[in-house]
Amino acid sequence: MDQFANRKIYVGIFILLIGLIFTFRLLYLQVIDSTYKLSAESNSRRLEIVYPARGLIYDRNNLLIVHNQPSYDLKISPFELEAFDSTELCEILNVDIQTLRDAIYRVKKYERERRNPFIKQLSPETFGKLKEKQYKFPGFYFSERTLRKYNYEIASHLLGYIGEVDSSIIKKDSYYELGDYYGVSGVESTYENFLKGEKGRRYKLIDVRGKEQGTYREGRYDSDAEMGKNITLTIDAELQQYAEKLMKNFEGSVVAIEPSTGEVLALVSAPFYNPSLLVGRVRQENYEALKKDSLEPLFNNATMALYPPGSTFKTANALVALQEGVIRPTSSFGCTLGYYARGVSMKCHSHKQPLELVEAITNSCNAYFAHTYKRTIDNQNFETTEDAYNAWRDMILSFGFGEPLGIDLPSEKAGFIPKSSYYDRYYGKGYWKAHTIISNAIGQGEILTTPLQIANFAATIANRGYYITPHVVKDIEGVDTLSREFMQKNWMKPDTSYINYIIDGMDGAVNGEGGTAHIAHLKDIVICGKTGTAQNPHGTDHSVFMAFAPKENPRIAISVYVEYGEWGATYGAPIASLLIEKYLTDTIAPNRKWVETRMLNSKPTNKKEDEKKY
Amino acid sequence: MRRSINILTNTDWLSVFIYLVLIVFGWLNIYSVNFSETDPSFFSLENRYAMQIYFIIASVILAIIIFLIDSRFYSFIAYPLYVFSVLMLLAVMVIGKEVNGAKSWIMLGPIGIQPSEFAKLATILALARFLSGYNVKTNSPQTILKSLGIIFFAPVLIMLQPDFGSTLVYSAILIVLYREGLPGWILILLLFMAGIFLGTLMVSKFIILIILISAAAIAFFILNKNLKNFLIVVLVLTVLVLIGVVLKYFELIPKNNFLLLFGALVLSTIFYLIRAITAKIKHVFPVILFLYLFIGFVYSVDFVFNNILQKHQQERVQIMLGLKSDPWGYEYNVNQSKIAIGSGGFLGRGFLNGPQTKLKYVPEQSTDFIFCTVGEEWGFLGSFGFIVLYIGLLIRLIYLAERQRSKFSRIYGYGVVSILFFHFAVNVGMAIALFPVIGIPLPFMSYGGSSLMAFTAMIFIFLRLDSTRKAYLI
Repeated sequence: MDQFANRKIYVGIFILLIGLIFTFRLLYLQVIDSTYKLSAESNSRRLEIVYPARGLIYDRNNLLIVHNQPSYDLKISPFELEAFDSTELCEILNVDIQTLRDAIYRVKKYERERRNPFIKQLSPETFGKLKEKQYKFPGFYFSERTLRKYNYEIASHLLGYIGEVDSSIIKKDSYYELGDYYGVSGVESTYENFLKGEKGRRYKLIDVRGKEQGTYREGRYDSDAEMGKNITLTIDAELQQYAEKLMKNFEGSVVAIEPSTGEVLALVSAPFYNPSLLVGRVRQENYEALKKDSLEPLFNNATMALYPPGSTFKTANALVALQEGVIRPTSSFGCTLGYYARGVSMKCHSHKQPLELVEAITNSCNAYFAHTYKRTIDNQNFETTEDAYNAWRDMILSFGFGEPLGIDLPSEKAGFIPKSSYYDRYYGKGYWKAHTIISNAIGQGEILTTPLQIANFAATIANRGYYITPHVVKDIEGVDTLSREFMQKNWMKPDTSYINYIIDGMDGAVNGEGGTAHIAHLKDIVICGKTGTAQNPHGTDHSVFMAFAPKENPRIAISVYVEYGEWGATYGAPIASLLIEKYLTDTIAPNRKWVETRMLNSKPTNKKEDEKKY
Repeated sequence: MRRSINILTNTDWLSVFIYLVLIVFGWLNIYSVNFSETDPSFFSLENRYAMQIYFIIASVILAIIIFLIDSRFYSFIAYPLYVFSVLMLLAVMVIGKEVNGAKSWIMLGPIGIQPSEFAKLATILALARFLSGYNVKTNSPQTILKSLGIIFFAPVLIMLQPDFGSTLVYSAILIVLYREGLPGWILILLLFMAGIFLGTLMVSKFIILIILISAAAIAFFILNKNLKNFLIVVLVLTVLVLIGVVLKYFELIPKNNFLLLFGALVLSTIFYLIRAITAKIKHVFPVILFLYLFIGFVYSVDFVFNNILQKHQQERVQIMLGLKSDPWGYEYNVNQSKIAIGSGGFLGRGFLNGPQTKLKYVPEQSTDFIFCTVGEEWGFLGSFGFIVLYIGLLIRLIYLAERQRSKFSRIYGYGVVSILFFHFAVNVGMAIALFPVIGIPLPFMSYGGSSLMAFTAMIFIFLRLDSTRKAYLI
């Protein structure tokens, strides 16, 4: 035996010691410390979001207006990149080589960059070209999304557009993640929750290079994307299209409502834009251009523009006055080309006089309604002007003025029916009375309404005293009933028995002798209408017209605003009558083609003339 | 003198059994790593697990052939084989195929051979032959130097490939030398230097300096056997360091921890020297001398690395040390490996069921990181069993080596043990993040023909020698 034989013990102990250390280390890693188990899960599985297609949008006659088109983002997987012909790729994508290099550098360097597309929403041509040659560019792959596609390129304001969520949206609703789309405006926004659908989740096992290796736990935690709910609008696509055609030269708005249901048949805000402009790659660029446009095509005049209601408001004042008993239908007032009183002068046009109520409406006599309004506000039955005013305001509000109606479109404006405190502030408490605010008599002065409110008011009259909150969605797939607000009748405060005088007056305005809106007269359909001129401090007044038809069992109520259109009868009435005719008869009678032609070929100009009150 | 002996009854079947268990277990894990439903066919040569079956069959045939050959042949063949393997290592530098930046492979048609795997066998055979020679005093300095000459020929060539892992393996042969009489302190010193060498490249000099100072203090304590003096040493240094920290806090000295510690060390050195002379304390000079030599060594490592090695060589070394690593980074590999093993839990995820394994999160998983699969799919129970088996084999081989009457057989047996042990310790150690990532295979388990056959030859030559231990006394 050699002298070093005992060293075998040390060698053996050393080996055993290493074995022991390993055992404890393993015990720690595998049994005691649980952190590694957790990271293994997230390490090897990747959540892939399957984006749902948004719900389709139909018009009231089930014409498909909005559907979806596939869109492809180009992404880069840095691990699969191999040498490729970058010149060719740049040519196909129409990007310069530096952009490509930067993108590749970023995805290689930053993990989160890998989720971001290199190029978003490829054009179909580019996609086609690239798809064909994809084999040449390993590491480049497509991810599919859907974009809106419009069968009818109409109703841009009503439909709204879709944009990418920003951090404030994400903060508010955890459903959204960076890169998601959402409805920014219009129906896309109000019905976002129905239209958006449910994102699907796929847990994919991925290997270290990010390549898919199958499903995680046999897809136990996966969910399919659920397409958004389809929505049927109350809009009549053809009517809408026709309205847009008529309004294409104008600034202003058209709102048509089915009175019995409150369903909006058409809602035009002019100038409008082609909704397809705000889809896909061109969206940002077009959006900026539209936003910069001085005519504000993105602004929805129908629900957000505040105009004086003009003479259309006379009918409202008449109803209040009748209710308060300050006039009777037979009350008559003289008119000497206007209303002149202490410190007050209000011009009127030439018409026979004196007039009773119905005729005053037909002729839109300023003097008549100035008298009426004076009686209403200076009513001796009330202790103060303020009380009388408040009573008047209260009834005006019951027509749907002064507050948002609650249409299912975002950012509807309230209009403005001043509170008495407003005048108190302005003139001092007790220092104002009817004559101070006499402009209200003819829908001028401080009063402001939206075109939607005027259309709704027309519907109220058509309904003989009530309105149903206007709405643009008729039906949501899988949802039984709409909001109760869209079913319920909102009765006006004045007694409904007075309404027929108003209707007769409006009948006369269109169909009667000396009516202000004779141009709107149709042979077979009785249109009841009221012209108006909305005072415009910036120049030529706006042409306003509200109407409904037929007189009995009305099927459509409408308001038309044409900016700088001057007289209600110049643009408002012809356009309204054309739309009514189109809606009720599906066609424009040959003898009225000239009206259509005139509307299509004329363009009002802002003449910046003196104010006209009428 | 010759007795007629039945080879089979004298064969150590326990070792053979463990060997078989390990290669089968290894194959199962390779299968699990590479198994995929989309693979063309089971026996396709594109599959690693299919290839490994051929390697296993070849290895078993090789083992049988080894047993058919007279055991004295291996002593006879030792030097020629050694020369041949060195020639092969030279050849690989010329005709070798470069894979992953290292020229380690000689291609014979479709078959690739790694000479470095076989060089280990040749080296321990040659070493055993040399040390078992007549009149060789194994613990004489002359013998040790000659032994080191035999040992270091191969690793130097392998280093040039470069294959850092395989180079380091040769350091394990120190265990053989130790068993045969190498003074213990040389072993410790060499191990320490190796550690410092690696450490210098891998961790900051500040940490190295702390380790050196601690080692010096411990050495001082061991040599001096005087607790009081030891405490004074520690106290003085600590106080100086604390002063340095305060000064650093008030920004009175540069914000460099290394300089701070080094400054404190130099100041305390002066103190110790004065005290050593006045109080006549022994061993202060040698300890301090060694300490400064080591600090110098640290700097020379740095200097050699930064100034003598070329840029790409530096990078290779760094990559091999896992410092500059593949695109995924050193941390990444270690982490993935830890995650894979950790996720196995107590019972494991089950055969073919490890997502980490299946998804190839761990690099080189059929070769260097095969233990990850063991850990992930077989859990603590499986890996513990594996370790018991492996350590069992090593202890068994030590037992076998010790029972040899022939010095050649014993030394060779220790050679086998040391090389297997080094592979095992480094491979498993790196998988469980105890050692730095050094790419060497886990014998009998890792995928690869050369390594499997080389290790098979290595162990079966020893078992063949053992089977005739009673017959010959070479």
